Amino acid sequence: MADLIRCTAAETAAAIASGEVSAVEVAQAHLDRINAVDEKVHAFLHVDTDGALAAARSVDARRAAGEELGPLAGVPLALKDVFTTKGVPTTAGSKMLEGWRPPYDATLTRRLKEAGVVILGKTNMDEFAMGSSTENSAYGPTGNPWDLSRIPGGSGGGSAAALAAYEAPLAIGTDTGGSIRQPGAVTGTVGVKPTYGSVSRYGLIAFSSSLDQGGPCARTVLDAALLHEAIAGHDPMDSTSIDAPVPAVVAAARQADVKGMRVGVVKEFGGEGYQAGVMQRFHESVELLRSLGAEIVEISCPSFTYALPAYYLIAPSECSSNLARFDAMRYGLRVGDNGARSAEEVTALTREAGFGPEVKRRIMLGTYALSSGYYDAYYGSAQKVRTLITRDFDRAFGDVDVLISPTTPTTAFPIGERADDPMAMYLADLCTIPSNLAGNAAMSVPCGLAPEDNLPVGLQIIAPALADDRLYRVGAAVEAALNDKWGHPLLEEAPAL
Amino acid sequence: MPGITREEVAHLARLSRLELKSEELDHFAEQLNDIVDAVARVSEIAAEDVPPTSHPLPLTNVMRADEVRPSLSPDEVLAAAPAAEEQRFRVPQILGED
Repeated sequence: MADLIRCTAAETAAAIASGEVSAVEVAQAHLDRINAVDEKVHAFLHVDTDGALAAARSVDARRAAGEELGPLAGVPLALKDVFTTKGVPTTAGSKMLEGWRPPYDATLTRRLKEAGVVILGKTNMDEFAMGSSTENSAYGPTGNPWDLSRIPGGSGGGSAAALAAYEAPLAIGTDTGGSIRQPGAVTGTVGVKPTYGSVSRYGLIAFSSSLDQGGPCARTVLDAALLHEAIAGHDPMDSTSIDAPVPAVVAAARQADVKGMRVGVVKEFGGEGYQAGVMQRFHESVELLRSLGAEIVEISCPSFTYALPAYYLIAPSECSSNLARFDAMRYGLRVGDNGARSAEEVTALTREAGFGPEVKRRIMLGTYALSSGYYDAYYGSAQKVRTLITRDFDRAFGDVDVLISPTTPTTAFPIGERADDPMAMYLADLCTIPSNLAGNAAMSVPCGLAPEDNLPVGLQIIAPALADDRLYRVGAAVEAALNDKWGHPLLEEAPAL
Repeated sequence: MPGITREEVAHLARLSRLELKSEELDHFAEQLNDIVDAVARVSEIAAEDVPPTSHPLPLTNVMRADEVRPSLSPDEVLAAAPAAEEQRFRVPQILGED
């Protein structure tokens, strides 16, 4: 256990269970690392030193008492600041919730605690998870550990950067249009959007309820699978939670075998707007899968080119409704209450002061798309596109076991480059959005560096709803073959911080 | 589709309870126009006979037994309130003075 911060979650859990190292030593090593590098990276909005050490001490005490520990007991984790944590600040990256200490734990938070996972703190994100770069955080951007002048993706840029900077071996994200997978791709880490409804949304601050899905982020596919099994499962507190067994994702990650699998290459994802080095690494991944025994089939999903416009009507529409709760009355910011103004005036002044530009844009766009006279043309049409995209997936999965594409059209772009150009920013989610609209499962796994800029490229794998295990089979096979080829994991090529 | 004017942004802001500043109205009008132009493409393939999808799951009402269970105390709930009084949220005036 020479270098505690570079171990995988699986290795760390095994070392703690065997008594080779204590959970407190592991937690302290990560807190020290955060102290050393987070001033530069800014992955964390809040570091819960006392809470983390207390949780670690409890794991050590349970072990000393002879209790059998779970597969992730004592492993540190970075939690996206969009899940409530009882008594620990939760902001969703917004001034609206600055200083808020929730009175309850999200179901996901509770499950992590019950699994003995040590929550190190809360990670930076685009405000209310709206963005693809983490620049929309009210608390300043996060740097990509591969190049601190570039974005770490978004909205879960803090979680992905924490992994790539060795501040935590595990992290949690939420994926509404790609907010787990796109940060995973541009930081050289693994990110999974589980099937919609498989991870509880109770205590997840809502952005777009029919799309939001929490999921695991990690440096290895097996670690992501271990975290997936810890957080997934039915929750009576979330009426959209699926009451079905969690797919055997850990076994699938250990199987890591694609022999005989039918893999579909999505024809629509590629060509104009895609960086040459991204496409090069993608094509190499296709050939790698073929060499590992998969059968490669080209699949056309013609409606996918309409996914981005449909998403930017559906998500803002749901957000305009969800964010109505921030009315300055029960919790959060209140501005301008001078005794003379009405409640309505105080609400409008508070929302003006508490929300950033992207959140305001989306609230107004959603309000526009839902207004009478425009509803059928915009929101109504977008819902029909959602049906067509689901049909494309159903047709494809009648023929293949999984679909693959690049996760993102480009590698990490410089901070500031797209900050005031919403349409350019939205293109980062071109390949990830269809899975959110259909509610199926998808993963991003590192597949190399783009030759032109030496920045990570992600391979996206998509599986039918409730077949999340297929992601892990394919992802682990790709990971093992590439680590073999390179002689080490991709992340070891990242510059020292 | 009609473009989104400065006046329309002001109307949307009022509906959205956002007290926008004057310079924000122009900036948002331009950006919202660009976005609406781009997303209007959805109508190209949204044919009459395609049913809408509002949610990825076939949702039905989820019921639970109507049993008394522990919940947060008033103090826990009001701890995060901007203002509270006599175990209630204290809010600015809702009805006019008259």
